[in-house]
Amino acid sequence: MERVMGGQKEWLYRLGRAWVAFFLLGEIVVFSIIGTGFFSARNFQNILVAATTILLLAAGETFVIITGGIDLSVGFVMGLACVVSAKIMVMLQAASVSQGLSILLGCASALLFGLLPGLVNGALVAKLRVPPFIATFGMYGVAYGLSEILCNNVPISGLPPLVGFIGNGYLLYYLPGKALTFFSPPQGIGRADIRAMIPLFPNVFVFSIIAVAIFGFILARTQFGQHIYAIGGNIDAARRAGIPVEKHLIRVYMISSFFAAMGGVMYTLRFVTGRADAGAARMLDSVVAVVIGGASLYGGTGSMVGSIIGTLIIAMLETGMVNLGLPTYNKYVYVGIILVLAVLVDQFFPEFVRKGE
Amino acid sequence: MEGERRPLLEVRNIVKRFGGLVAVNRVSMEVYPGEVVGLLGDNGAGKSTLIKVISGVYRPDEGQIFFEGREVRITSPMDAIRLGIETIYQDLALAENLNVYSNIFLGREKLKKLFNLIPVLDHEYMMQESKKVLDRLGIEIPSLRNKIKTLSGGQRQSVAISRSIYWNAKLLIMDEPTAALGVTEQRKVLNLVKTLSAQGVAIIIISHQLYDVFQVAHRLVVLRRGEKVGERLTHETNPDEIVSLIVGAELVEGGQRG
Amino acid sequence: MSRTQVIARVGRNWVILFLFLLCVIFSFTGRGFLSLKTLNNILLTSSPALLLAAGETFVIITGGIDLSVGFVRGLISVISAIVIRDLYALGYSPYFAIFCGIVVGVLLGFLPGLVNGILVARFRVPPFIATLGMYGIANGLALRYSKGFPITFLPDEVGEIGNGFFFYLLPGRLFTVFEKPLGLTEAEARNLVGIVPYATVIAFALLFVFGFVLSKTQFGQHIYAIGGNIDAARRAGIPVEKHLIRVYVISSLFAAFSGVLSTLIFSIGTHTQFAASLELFAIAAVVIGGASLMGGKGNILGTALGVFVLSVLEVGFLMSGILPFYRYIAVGAILVFAVVIDQLFPEIVYD
Repeated sequence: MERVMGGQKEWLYRLGRAWVAFFLLGEIVVFSIIGTGFFSARNFQNILVAATTILLLAAGETFVIITGGIDLSVGFVMGLACVVSAKIMVMLQAASVSQGLSILLGCASALLFGLLPGLVNGALVAKLRVPPFIATFGMYGVAYGLSEILCNNVPISGLPPLVGFIGNGYLLYYLPGKALTFFSPPQGIGRADIRAMIPLFPNVFVFSIIAVAIFGFILARTQFGQHIYAIGGNIDAARRAGIPVEKHLIRVYMISSFFAAMGGVMYTLRFVTGRADAGAARMLDSVVAVVIGGASLYGGTGSMVGSIIGTLIIAMLETGMVNLGLPTYNKYVYVGIILVLAVLVDQFFPEFVRKGE
Repeated sequence: MEGERRPLLEVRNIVKRFGGLVAVNRVSMEVYPGEVVGLLGDNGAGKSTLIKVISGVYRPDEGQIFFEGREVRITSPMDAIRLGIETIYQDLALAENLNVYSNIFLGREKLKKLFNLIPVLDHEYMMQESKKVLDRLGIEIPSLRNKIKTLSGGQRQSVAISRSIYWNAKLLIMDEPTAALGVTEQRKVLNLVKTLSAQGVAIIIISHQLYDVFQVAHRLVVLRRGEKVGERLTHETNPDEIVSLIVGAELVEGGQRG
Repeated sequence: MSRTQVIARVGRNWVILFLFLLCVIFSFTGRGFLSLKTLNNILLTSSPALLLAAGETFVIITGGIDLSVGFVRGLISVISAIVIRDLYALGYSPYFAIFCGIVVGVLLGFLPGLVNGILVARFRVPPFIATLGMYGIANGLALRYSKGFPITFLPDEVGEIGNGFFFYLLPGRLFTVFEKPLGLTEAEARNLVGIVPYATVIAFALLFVFGFVLSKTQFGQHIYAIGGNIDAARRAGIPVEKHLIRVYVISSLFAAFSGVLSTLIFSIGTHTQFAASLELFAIAAVVIGGASLMGGKGNILGTALGVFVLSVLEVGFLMSGILPFYRYIAVGAILVFAVVIDQLFPEIVYD
């Protein structure tokens, strides 16, 4: 007794399933019309940079939520990685290691270290059957406590100057009709030229989107990705089908905390400081982004593209409201409403059933 | 046993369609007080649909239902329960975190007045009443204060049945009652069915396990592709005949002729 | 009682032992931990948390979760403080202003829960999402009304009520009821011990009433049934939707109580972003107290013990000179430990 959609309504269902994309489009149109200077390459790039934290956290959270779990620790794991990377850079610099190497080692070790919370979360969830909410909430406390202890409750400063250069730099600098350079602005240009120069592709966004794209590919195209959907859909069936559920779950939580660590590292690069609370406020934003993007907290559904769109909806809202001069607290209200609407819309538009190939 | 007695439940020419599919096609049957009727058929034969019509989950497209001689319209599960038709589904509908007597009184808790003012749960009363019904049915459970999650599958089944009986079920519909049980437990549940029948409760039992059904049922009704293809008194038939009715005579006959 | 029964009982009540153990340890490590002042301190500071966690207990027993309580508490604290401040500024008597602040705060407390409950019960929005939405809305509104700053300039009477005690004891000299003894020297004032803070009494009274509702009434029983097996509850004719709405209303009402109480205790209306972790600590307390996020278990007494574990930990760490951040680590570890213990120990079985 399969539900068959009337051909007439097919477009309606397609619209319902893709409503987030339209919503994002609507947001862009509205802000472009009523905001000043919203519709510009510079502003859009600012939005992308501002979105990187949520984007990274949401990318990892997508994996976890598809398995039917949740990772509450990402915000503070991000803070931990931020503190660790900053601390290592400062230490190496003090040991007169070159700036570049300090930064590279700082970032790399923070990313490696970031796998650890995920390993613990995953082991708790998969092996000890601790509910994900509890396991990752435990890690939330542990990660926060650790990072505050590491930085003595004071943001870490005194990082190599190159950090900010990388974190706030762009991949390309384009001076129309005159020059096009990689990584740094053209040498010896005048003040007028600086104003006319168009920087393209912010570094942190480029790093982030590459990682997100790779893992988006893994989720959508590989066997591992397929198994994750299977685990979220019916964990018993997955187990009986011989899928190594425990191993996959551990991997999933490690992916999540890796992305959180990457969020921390990007924060360090952008703001040239190590803060324990760097991602505190972003954990729930990332869950919201994933859910707006079509994932269900019951598991089994969700996609990287959806999460990216969800992220952009939130980031666009934030920047758009700042652009309009509206107080930012309204953002929390709107995000709350959009979140609930997202779930309601999802329920009113049932799964699309194809009538035959 | 049927004789001149009036059937407790009679369904006449029930038809239930889903879109173009006729799930139940002009099926009639009756059940007498204290009688155990086995409802048999392959997957998709229409057994589940038929009992869902009787228990109020589905509304029939055509046909009539009589209960205790009067024509009734059963439009919801609550209607059925009010008449005295209780269905024990395979999932048993027990709250595993609550104890035995709380489940027997689930949704119909007995209350007493504290200080003549505040209505509170009367645990003592619910416990004693539950004990009575379990004793009457010969069910043994160590303590009624035990949570359902500590009980075995058979014990859970007994609790679900006791609940229906306590609330005056006249007709009990049991969906695969022995499916998930071990051998000893199966026997206990079948004994319970016999006890209930002896106490005048009518029972419709759906089961794939022919051996079980032959042990307890007085009469067998066989459905195939939504139609009733046979009705036999248990002592006048044998498993082979019933199997041939279930799978379709031509198949088995073909085999025998060959 | 058989051996397994003993083991099961010990396992089920580990939190009492743990709390006791914490107190013993801190009385060695913490200077002056074992004193009436510390006890009062623990009782007073844990009162708002007790209320938050009590409401959350109801929701968690149904198998849901209420993430909005921390910010609802902040919102109500801000609103009640504004009402008190503005009425007082308009020249009304401080007690009238305080009374109105309390009433407005509590009445407004119904609203978030009603919305949450309707979304969960009627529109089948997962509790995590529905209450996360409300979390954002309450946060935004609280920031809007407070403009991001604490609401101050409340009449002094606010603090007197919030920080008042039933009894005052000046060891060896004085014992008064309700009123602080007058005309004390500075040294005497320092030695003055208040006994039984009002705030704690209010919190305990509310806890007692709702603990009673949960454990003794039909409504309470139905909540456990809903958490245990929502389909069974529905088929047994329990009005599941109605009960769920009530449960979310109770939760946000308790958040409102907590908000009003914190306004009274601290004499300011506070809403900080940090309130975001309040609901998580409330949830932690409920889980440490023996509830399961899968629903069907938990009780108010357990929750209260869970809250005390958290606040004894906080005060004990402070008095032992341990950095407060270790508390977060400890809470995280205890939380996970609680769930693992719960799974290791068997259910109590009666013969």
